[in-house]
Amino acid sequence: MVEIEKRSSAQAEADAPHSQVVQFGADAPLELDSGGLLAPLVLAYQTYGTLNAARSNAVLICHALTGDQHVANVNPITGKPGWWENMVGPGRPIDTQHYFVICSNVIGGCMGSTGPASTNPETGKAYGLDLPVLTIADMVRAQARLIDHLGIETLFCVAGGSMGGMQVLQWAASYPARVFSAMPIATAPRHSSQNIAFHEVGRQAVMADPDWRGGRYLDKDVAPTKGLAVARMAAHITYLSDEALHRKFGRELQNRQERTFSFDADFQIENYLRYQGASFVDRFDANSYLYVTRACDYFDLAADYGGSLASAFKGTKTRFCVVSFSTDWLYPTSASRAIVHALNAAGASVSFVEIASDKGHDAFLLDEPDFMGTTRGFLRAAARARGLKGVGE
Amino acid sequence: MTAEEASTNGARDAARVDFVIVADMVEPGSRVLDVGCGNGALLALLAQNRGVDARGIELSQRGVNEAVSRGLSVVQGDADTDLSYYPDNSFDYVILSQTLQATLHPKEVLQDMLRIGKHAIVSFPNFGHWRIRGQILFKGRMPVTENLNYSWFDTPNIHFCTIQDFVDLTQKVGVTIERAAALDRYGQPMMVKSPWWLWNLFGEQAVFMLSRG
Repeated sequence: MVEIEKRSSAQAEADAPHSQVVQFGADAPLELDSGGLLAPLVLAYQTYGTLNAARSNAVLICHALTGDQHVANVNPITGKPGWWENMVGPGRPIDTQHYFVICSNVIGGCMGSTGPASTNPETGKAYGLDLPVLTIADMVRAQARLIDHLGIETLFCVAGGSMGGMQVLQWAASYPARVFSAMPIATAPRHSSQNIAFHEVGRQAVMADPDWRGGRYLDKDVAPTKGLAVARMAAHITYLSDEALHRKFGRELQNRQERTFSFDADFQIENYLRYQGASFVDRFDANSYLYVTRACDYFDLAADYGGSLASAFKGTKTRFCVVSFSTDWLYPTSASRAIVHALNAAGASVSFVEIASDKGHDAFLLDEPDFMGTTRGFLRAAARARGLKGVGE
Repeated sequence: MTAEEASTNGARDAARVDFVIVADMVEPGSRVLDVGCGNGALLALLAQNRGVDARGIELSQRGVNEAVSRGLSVVQGDADTDLSYYPDNSFDYVILSQTLQATLHPKEVLQDMLRIGKHAIVSFPNFGHWRIRGQILFKGRMPVTENLNYSWFDTPNIHFCTIQDFVDLTQKVGVTIERAAALDRYGQPMMVKSPWWLWNLFGEQAVFMLSRG
């Protein structure tokens, strides 16, 4: 019974989020890469800090696959701290005493922006799979609407990790004049075959759950929680390095002295993954998982520019800081180097740091001092170039 | 000291005296790429005093982190492999300060520098200095000096040359020496009109500004 209540509250979040909301009506539909139109379009977002009079200090944070807009406040669903509180806040590298920080839930998500769990006004029921398939560029186009709505012409910085980093790259390519500086972190210019493969495993797990009901589970008051949990378990492995996993769990047994010769969670790692899977389904919509993973899979920035990644950034004035982590095998350093080489070829101003960390892809969410220092230094220098008063003085 | 630490600190700190000479060769407001920029000290000097658009490449993570933290555009990369990604004529000056001797392919690096930049500025320790010659001649050992303070087995410097060798290389690859300076062991510039052999014997370091053809 508890499960159902939680799921209902998650669905409630999709339609009535604990966030500010902007809605664009049928008179202003969002044009999608698929050729379709999306209207109405709802974007749920959080802001921190104060927009200055010149409207020149706005930082847009782009969240990752299963992240949300609650960057630096207690998450209304989980009750946990915001996902990037070590990076964003007063005195933090992205210092809300100086910068006006914005983060919106991506379209296709389930935290208040239009997604498959949102109510389709035409039917009065959740969109489910009636929502058009979305791309990273669609997400960014929607965010640009929000930035217009907030009266901001040029963003001081667009920053994000993982899928958020793909949005950063897309922002820089689609709206170069609106992006003063950009931080693509732990990301890639395209999804590799291996990346797509892992996502496909996750989607198949969701769709193989009988409670998925062809995507109409919300109408039936059920949810494919088992399938979604398995998807999360598989994905979670890709976020961690072999070393980090082994250091944390090794071959330790879970609350027992001996192997049980059964299929219980004998090992701590099994127990940990089951917990990760189970807690994920309380906060995330299964169809949303299909949509956001698909958006990543379709991402190939060079393909949109005649096969040349450098062409995507031709003539850019944006200042870039690319960051990778040494043990990230999901979006490895080689992917970041490809971005850097393209930016060099385009003559862009680019910094690139590979942060030594044994924590795998997840390192971008953790308190890595070199990463924090790099971000702070890069933003301060950009702030000086932008003429933002009081930063770093 | 590891080779990585050396490339950020040792070699560069010992050579800071050449920064001023290099900086004097750079026109204000130009576009500069410093290859092997360490923690960005020279770039910071150039940005501050000459108002240049300063970019850098550095191998060591610590050097890159420090440079980026101080607000410089520096990428982690390798002179031997990453110069090829820069387009022709994208910089006014490409600087290689105290790094030539640590590259795998000095000749190719030099050629790439002059493809990317209109001018190349190269500074390096002169292996023809009399003290170095003396150590081999009289002690029969690989030279270890104040400015080249490494044992043969852990030195990052794998391609030493003398001033005369470098002049020969410029002729071999067909580039023009626009300016040159030699520094004595106290970092003071030597007499401008000296012949190469005198510089080769008494110069501890040399700085060359080159251009194509």
